Amino acid sequence: MRSGDAVTTARTALLVAGKDLRIEWASRVAVNQVLPFSIIVMVMFAFALDRLPGVPGLEDTILETVAPGLVWLATLFSLLILVQRSFGVEADDGALDALRVAGVEPAALFWGKTLALVAQLAVLELLLLLTALVLYGTSVRPSGVLLLVVTWIAATFGLAAVGTLYGGLAVGTRGRETLLPLLVLPVVAPVLIGATRAVEAALGTGGTELADGWPWLGVVGVFAVAFGAGGTLAFGPLIDE
Amino acid sequence: MEDAGFIIGSYVLTFGAIAVYAWRVLVRAHRTTAGLPDDAKPWT
Amino acid sequence: MASDTGTGTRATRLLGAAALVGVAWLLAFGLGFSPRDRDQAESVRLLYVHVPSAWLAYLAFIVTAVASALYLFRRQHSLGWDRLAGASAEVGVLFMAITLVTGALWGRLTWGVFWEWDARLTTTAFLFVTYVGYLAVRRLGGTHEQRARRSAVLALLAVLEIPLVHWSVRLWRSLHQEATVARPDGDVKMDGLMLFTLFVGIVAFTLIYAWLVIHRQRTLAAEDALDDRGLDAAIASRRADAEAVG
Repeated sequence: MRSGDAVTTARTALLVAGKDLRIEWASRVAVNQVLPFSIIVMVMFAFALDRLPGVPGLEDTILETVAPGLVWLATLFSLLILVQRSFGVEADDGALDALRVAGVEPAALFWGKTLALVAQLAVLELLLLLTALVLYGTSVRPSGVLLLVVTWIAATFGLAAVGTLYGGLAVGTRGRETLLPLLVLPVVAPVLIGATRAVEAALGTGGTELADGWPWLGVVGVFAVAFGAGGTLAFGPLIDE
Repeated sequence: MEDAGFIIGSYVLTFGAIAVYAWRVLVRAHRTTAGLPDDAKPWT
Repeated sequence: MASDTGTGTRATRLLGAAALVGVAWLLAFGLGFSPRDRDQAESVRLLYVHVPSAWLAYLAFIVTAVASALYLFRRQHSLGWDRLAGASAEVGVLFMAITLVTGALWGRLTWGVFWEWDARLTTTAFLFVTYVGYLAVRRLGGTHEQRARRSAVLALLAVLEIPLVHWSVRLWRSLHQEATVARPDGDVKMDGLMLFTLFVGIVAFTLIYAWLVIHRQRTLAAEDALDDRGLDAAIASRRADAEAVG
């Protein structure tokens, strides 16, 4: 197996991604469990936070103002579950070890699982945005759509990369369910900060200017690149036994 | 004077925490090295 | 004469004695000889433990990162580096906790608030949580090599994250500049005796750090050795059983 062959790696990655997505399609766990969970979280946020503002001069309700942040928070919680799932299917039958023994490049494995996560997360985030439109009174302005879409892509890649990386670190160990949130949530803080600010700018929440959002997208983009690269390099040592 | 309380309290907490940790390190050191022959202890 | 148990040697006893002397000096100067600050009065005394603690925490995490790299990138993959990384991280978490607590108390005295969401504090809290996670990962079990590899990767990823977090938090807090304009960064102008006291503090804490890490690392080595022996004994007894039967 030639380890330097990028095309083989890419093709293998797509195979792995396809495998993960097919498992999901067959079991429908993300659709049947994670998606309802994330919507329930959005509803819970409303229970906790919905009050008419007592502050004069504030037109938006509190929920409208914090809607972007809530969408990303719900995404983060769902990410944790999706990652557990992504590696749960591997650990159960020792499938990850089998793949390694068969000579699959760690980088291909990393990108395959990351891409599968990206697909699932991206759909989830879209649905959460729709939920916010319905439940929180959020609205999307046409001028912000580009920023919205690019943020959506960059943040999802960053989150999926981190999830796959730390999921791989904890796979097969006892206590990984409780450890994964502790490891992942601090790490994705830049994405939470950056993506929330970018979406606020895109939607015009709280009167934010569209132009203010692009630097934040920069933060998210750098994060995605850093962890994409970091994950590619680090995944090998992590899953090697 | 609230100040003195905070200041003394901080010093007590700081060195207290260090002392407790140091104590636990030493206790654990003695416990784990008790059964080991000298060749397993490169510092002796 | 070295005792039969324990991780002490003459060098560490000297180190420990020096550390105690350093602490005594720090107490004398910090609580006694150094003057009140013109602006902060007595509360400046808190800085004599808070600042050294912070410095040593950062140093500890740098040592962890470097030791992790030395473990991962050298061919021998010597576990000694892994144990140094682990010991230093543990002491670093201790110092970081002290930093956060003394910092909160200082903030309360000086500015009336225990906590503020400024860039430095937030990044420090983040660092603390990250290394708590690192220590938890070290206890996940498995072979020593697995532990070493996982922790080493985690430590190096932390080195990658910290600038990212700092940058994004700084950007975030700069949005709220108005709130902090009346409150300087926490850097106090010090001179003369105050600076000397700070220096004493740093020396004392460095000695404490070194003493703690050396002992902790040796204990980790002993624990690993015990593990190995346990494994050897188990294999030997299994073999003996097999021969007895067969």
